[in-house]
Amino acid sequence: MRQKPIIEFIDYSFQYFSQAEPTLEDINLKIYPGEKILIVGPSGSGKSTLGHCINGLIPFAYEGEIKGTLKIKDLIAKEQDIFLLSKIVGTVLQDSDGQFVGLTVGEDIAFALENDNVNIHKMHDTVRKVAEMVDMDKLLKSSPFELSGGQKQRTSLAGVMVDDVDVLLFDEPLANLDPATGKTAIEIIDDIHKRTNKTVLIIEHRLEDVLHRDVDRIIVIADGRIIADMTPDELVSSSILFENGIREPLYITALKYAGINVHKDMHPSHLDTLKMDTVIQPLTSWYKRIEKPQKQDEKPNILKVENLTFSYDGKRNILDDVTFDIYEGDMISIVGKNGAGKSTLAKVLCGFENQDLGNIYYYSENIKDKSIKERAEIIGLVMQNPNQMISKSLIYDEIALGLRLRNVPEEEIKERVEKVLEVCGLSPFIDWPISALSYGQKKRVTIASILVLEPKIIILDEPTAGQDYHHYTEIMKFLEKINKMGVTIIMITHDMHLMLEYTPRAIVLLDGKVIADTKASIVLTDTDLVSKANLKETSLYYLAEKAKIEDGTLFVQRFIDYEKGVRETNED
Amino acid sequence: MKIKLFSYNVIDTPIHRLSGLTKLACFLLLTFAVMFSYDIRFILFVMLFSFIILKVSKIKFSQIKLMIIYVLIFLITNAILTFLFEPEYGVSIYGTRHEVLRIFGRYNLTQEQLLYQTTKVLKYASVIPLGIIFLLTTNPSEFAASLNGVGIPYKVAYAVSLTLRYFPDIQRDYQNISQAQQARGLEMSKKAKFGSRFKNALLIIIPLIFSTLDRIESISNAMDLRGFGKLKKRTWYSKKKIETGDYVAIGLSVLIFAMSILISIFINGSRFFNPFI
Repeated sequence: MRQKPIIEFIDYSFQYFSQAEPTLEDINLKIYPGEKILIVGPSGSGKSTLGHCINGLIPFAYEGEIKGTLKIKDLIAKEQDIFLLSKIVGTVLQDSDGQFVGLTVGEDIAFALENDNVNIHKMHDTVRKVAEMVDMDKLLKSSPFELSGGQKQRTSLAGVMVDDVDVLLFDEPLANLDPATGKTAIEIIDDIHKRTNKTVLIIEHRLEDVLHRDVDRIIVIADGRIIADMTPDELVSSSILFENGIREPLYITALKYAGINVHKDMHPSHLDTLKMDTVIQPLTSWYKRIEKPQKQDEKPNILKVENLTFSYDGKRNILDDVTFDIYEGDMISIVGKNGAGKSTLAKVLCGFENQDLGNIYYYSENIKDKSIKERAEIIGLVMQNPNQMISKSLIYDEIALGLRLRNVPEEEIKERVEKVLEVCGLSPFIDWPISALSYGQKKRVTIASILVLEPKIIILDEPTAGQDYHHYTEIMKFLEKINKMGVTIIMITHDMHLMLEYTPRAIVLLDGKVIADTKASIVLTDTDLVSKANLKETSLYYLAEKAKIEDGTLFVQRFIDYEKGVRETNED
Repeated sequence: MKIKLFSYNVIDTPIHRLSGLTKLACFLLLTFAVMFSYDIRFILFVMLFSFIILKVSKIKFSQIKLMIIYVLIFLITNAILTFLFEPEYGVSIYGTRHEVLRIFGRYNLTQEQLLYQTTKVLKYASVIPLGIIFLLTTNPSEFAASLNGVGIPYKVAYAVSLTLRYFPDIQRDYQNISQAQQARGLEMSKKAKFGSRFKNALLIIIPLIFSTLDRIESISNAMDLRGFGKLKKRTWYSKKKIETGDYVAIGLSVLIFAMSILISIFINGSRFFNPFI
């Protein structure tokens, strides 16, 4: 009945030479031509390794022991070289900056053709044609610095399509993209799939975002094994996602909170297909039952930013008349598309750059003349990539660094470092080398190295980028904990879930201006704001709309309040 | 804020249109010509020529201000040091002695020394603009293509262009890391002692190395996956064809090079132009 599979794993296992345990075990999987398949799994589950096996990076770039068979287009994969496999499987890697090899869009698209020694006229022709397919033909001469995240991804896609591959493999295509761009990326992938009927594999842990467009099957990997291979409808109605630390779509969570038994016949994998007849009544009554939380007391103003204006070149203002207040104990997010000025704002607050106009007050003190070092004792900055902060090999030394540079006596350092380690749950690792830690633990080390200076405010740049749901929850719970201890937290983020669940208030930047400073529930339900700032409306809002609940924003707010209650009960 | 060291700027001038290889050949020919000759008349001529080319390639002063300042500092120190160590060098070259100013001891300013040192300064002043033109008007990829075109292995040629491609990214990383480390209390200004400044620099360099290694891993994976290194040869998207302009440029440079040699042999009888006899 069916064609032969294009990719077939038979009793396949793989173990990196550097690892004690196999990363993939007993994999049996058939993928047929033209299928669109999503591979999900928590970090470290082996899903990226599976991708590497398919595109040939294993065993070409990463060596290890292979057991069993992997056939790609009837060829035994391990007997082929990576170049041959790359003509069958085209891979779009997760970091669109890292894989931009050329100096211009045209050159980058041409890269594979250049390596094939294709005649220069033919090459220019093909590049133009493929660029048209992904809408980049007007930008062939642009350099990567001039492109947005989405345009870089289109370029990468074109770069693998020049080869007319049979399989397109996307390795975490949504990482580093803002919500709206991520949505477009999923649409482009779907378009290409429909138009070319190539086999599409997407490796990603952001399930709800990928399900924006339909997929045929979802494969769940945990601890190196395939634990589920089913349709989206079946998967979201099961408990597999929850049990394996993968986030289910938010509207599904809402249905479950409302006590609705989600099953596959309701077609719950998309909101559009979700059958509402059994949903409306329980959902509405649940929503009406949720109590409003008590009003918080007024808190003193810890940071006042007034008319902040900043420009790198004296021509274009990166920050333009930015004004807002932060109150003691706040936990807020700053959102906006790439280049909106979020990171620059953090740099100016920390004194890395000096504002051209405007003032920053800490309580009522103007901190204009404070040096970077002095400001660090008020406002600490945690960078996105922990590897960019860690410079010592032992955890203790790394955290003590800031104090040692301040000539704090060694006994006091010991006391403060131990206290911070305790707070961060790193005490058991005190003598460990940093290289032995996981990414999430490294992130904690960098947060600890800032906390030890006892700043009143911490700014975190994308604290959860690239983290699966489990690590995301871990980091966010930790941040909530230090927030409750009195540290004011400002997060720069693209993550709409984070904003919705953990920060009651959000500041939205657009072209260096504050265009909104309000409740997260309002930001994520305001269509106009959402499209201006490249955000994405939360699916909860559409669920409310479908259930004919009049005030969608209030529904979202109630969901947040309820969820917070659930979290607090779980902690007790 | 962006310190663009090798910022190739994309504009269309006759100089930009030349192939990278032509520019490299011309640059080398003219440099040899100037370095060979100590005839101030000839050097002034080449200097004028290189300033004209600078004008033609539409390089703005603001782009090269920083470079010019460094060069001036170098030239001035060089001139002073030459005089301090070899105040009589001019006399020994030209064989005559016309004193202009008595300073003290063996430090007497002579016309011969003045001519020798001026000639030397002008040599640099005529070669440096040519170097600047070469750097700022050559597309790194196209240059890599030309290098490969004259027989340099393409992997080596590509490494050159890749370095230029990722230079700004690594520079940005450096800046971010340095700022974050300063916030933790790192003193990078002149206030710190030399020894501790060296130690502090390590605190920036270590994270920079690690994040650069991450970057290298993903680039090399991306290149492998797209077939880099598969065949013995590769073609280049940005390769330029050799056109009339290239022949003209090479012709001119060869001419100037020949002039330098011929003037030395037939007019001056040596590399030096001697007006004192």
